[in-house]
Amino acid sequence: MNFELNEDRRMLADALGRFLSEQYPPEVRNRVAYGDQGYSPDVYGKLAEIGAIGALLPEEQGGFGGEGADIALVFETLGSHLVAGPVLGALLVGRALVLAGSDAQQQRLAGLIDGSVLAAFAHDEPANHYELERVATTARRDGDGWVLHGAKAVVPFGDQAQLLLVSARTAGDVGDAQGISLFLVPGDAPGVKTRGYGRIDGGHAAEVSFENVRLDADALLGGEGEGFALLERIVGYGLLALSAESLGAMERAKADTLEYLRTRRQFGVPIGSFQALQHRMADLLLEVEQARSAVINAAAAIDEGDRIAREKALSAAKYSVGKIGTLVAEETIQLHGGIGMTWELPLAHYAKRLVMIDHQLGDMDHHLARWMALRD
Amino acid sequence: MDLQFTPEEEAFRAEVRAFLQEHLPRDLAAKVKAGQRLTRFDQENWHAILNKKGWLAYHWPVQWGGTAWTPIQKFIFDDESARAGGPRLVPFGISMLGPVLIRYGSEEQKKHWLPRILDGSDWWCQGYSEPGAGSDLASLKTTAVRQGDHYVVNGQKTWTTQGQHANMMFCLARTDKAAKAQSGISFLLIDMNQPGVEVRPIRTLDGDAEVNEVFLTDVRVPLENLVGEENKGWTYAKYLLTYERTGIAGVGFSVASLEKLKLIASRVQRNGKPLAEDPQFATRMAQVEIDLENMKTTNLRVLAAVQGGGVPGAESSMLKIRGTVIRQELLSLIRRAMGPYALPYIEEAQHAGWGEPPVGPPEAATAAAAYFNYRKLSIFGGSNEIQKNIISKTILGL
Repeated sequence: MNFELNEDRRMLADALGRFLSEQYPPEVRNRVAYGDQGYSPDVYGKLAEIGAIGALLPEEQGGFGGEGADIALVFETLGSHLVAGPVLGALLVGRALVLAGSDAQQQRLAGLIDGSVLAAFAHDEPANHYELERVATTARRDGDGWVLHGAKAVVPFGDQAQLLLVSARTAGDVGDAQGISLFLVPGDAPGVKTRGYGRIDGGHAAEVSFENVRLDADALLGGEGEGFALLERIVGYGLLALSAESLGAMERAKADTLEYLRTRRQFGVPIGSFQALQHRMADLLLEVEQARSAVINAAAAIDEGDRIAREKALSAAKYSVGKIGTLVAEETIQLHGGIGMTWELPLAHYAKRLVMIDHQLGDMDHHLARWMALRD
Repeated sequence: MDLQFTPEEEAFRAEVRAFLQEHLPRDLAAKVKAGQRLTRFDQENWHAILNKKGWLAYHWPVQWGGTAWTPIQKFIFDDESARAGGPRLVPFGISMLGPVLIRYGSEEQKKHWLPRILDGSDWWCQGYSEPGAGSDLASLKTTAVRQGDHYVVNGQKTWTTQGQHANMMFCLARTDKAAKAQSGISFLLIDMNQPGVEVRPIRTLDGDAEVNEVFLTDVRVPLENLVGEENKGWTYAKYLLTYERTGIAGVGFSVASLEKLKLIASRVQRNGKPLAEDPQFATRMAQVEIDLENMKTTNLRVLAAVQGGGVPGAESSMLKIRGTVIRQELLSLIRRAMGPYALPYIEEAQHAGWGEPPVGPPEAATAAAAYFNYRKLSIFGGSNEIQKNIISKTILGL
């Protein structure tokens, strides 16, 4: 067994961590994350330059990594600096292109890797409540191409993306796994309407609707009606990424809280000397280590050929960080007392992100039920 | 043993319900139920409506405009009001300062200040907490030095809820620096509209700014604004805090939240069924409903024990802990029911009168913000950890 990072990964982690420490302190983060665009194009460009996006994709397709450990490493670092931006979209759309893209479609990867193209994964719908199969958006054949119709919910950076990956039903009923197809849709295609807004944890999202959007034949990614398996694989990468991001954020929240317990004095002593608080921090430490193990399991399983083993590890990780992330958020606010409630304290924003990660790509209830349903 | 309310109590409940039906403004109730932010006018308006009926300061003695209601009647009123969408009464004048003045204030102070609390002439805020003090209230550093017929007050207060609206602050200040921590503190009434008082908002994590820092620089307080005796303020402060904690179980608000949760869970679908029929979500709802029922009875037991008068002691700490944990769990479930729609945050949608269609279910506009904002419940009014210390010492004798 070896849980050490290899040399390349350590160098990437160092470079990324150093850049974010210097260029992305909490005040900068909050200004851009809660600002008009919800992210900094400049910082995003630099992340791409350092290689944070390339590291998410395999070498054959122009990346330089793409293994589970690479993805976990990048997102843990992004989480520990609370980076708001479209990196998750680049990962999901990029992996979709790698898994199912034709040669022509894979040409788009270059723009994702160098940060010049902003991509968004548009799958959730107003009524799907995390269920992967519940796709009501439709695409029907029209000559050589397609006509897309429907609505997608809370698409991260969906109002700014140039490239949308959209799930749509080409056959079957809402709720069927069969009959789902995936499409590459230009953000500015006629008939694409967006309603953008800020998110409570920073960053942007949008309601995206498609009113008879005409697509060329090559917009279809993968086989017609066979999109579910692909969808599951893509979301799997998202589960790993969000779990690792959560881990990074909880480590930071833990460290900040420990520092506070050591320095904040009440009743004449540091509050960390109270046994009641010591035990709570000890519990937190145990839980965060469990989350780290869950992320390691998921990173190891992401390329596993056996679907059940892979998906169970991914759902286990997302369930774990959903539960533990919320606990860490609530406990670290509580341990900080009133100051933990303030906008001024970086921890408050970590706490919001930790809780909101549970609202992306399936919450702890969803993944616990899914884990139980996944059988050999 | 009889767990039923008496016929008199049921008649009282009907009276309260009829009053609310007729006098609680519909738009105000709708705002409260939607979790939207209330304006100063909303709060003043509701106080005025209750005052006209004589029900505003319902736990004061009749002599000063109270109602002579029993603790159970007060409970019934709170319960009915919260269910109907009545706003939480701003507690600072009515529930905190009022009882202190009635018990410890001079006749002049009572005659002057109590009617002004009732008719809304003054909006009070609480000057207890200080930076670096928090639940260790006795470590406060604000000083009041006697100069002729005035105290001169210097220091800084924090977490001053609705201090931006207040024209008066009741305040703890150190009048004897040599004394032990809990001695040497005095209870002063400070006019906020005078030189040396500066209020600065503190923005909380949900984006709102309802708490403030208050800076006091050479603020002059006439001697007649000292409540009770000099250096005895700690006694009055503790008395006030017991009052603060009695209502803090917030049973009515939890009942209202539970109703809201059930409504949402009947509408939001998961796997083609309402969330209310989803085994996991239904389990969580059932657990918190049972906890709430239990706490309601615990609350009534405590109230029944003090029917003869007085206020509960350390039992209020139990109510504070359970009540806040339950309410936080309810708000957490409402947030969770929103699914991905917990993420959008649109500032304008927090207020009534936003003309746009909602993003996601109508409750989504405030669900996550309310969840984050109400993390404060287990922190303020003496954190839940402090309450546990009180229980350990007072009830368990440890």
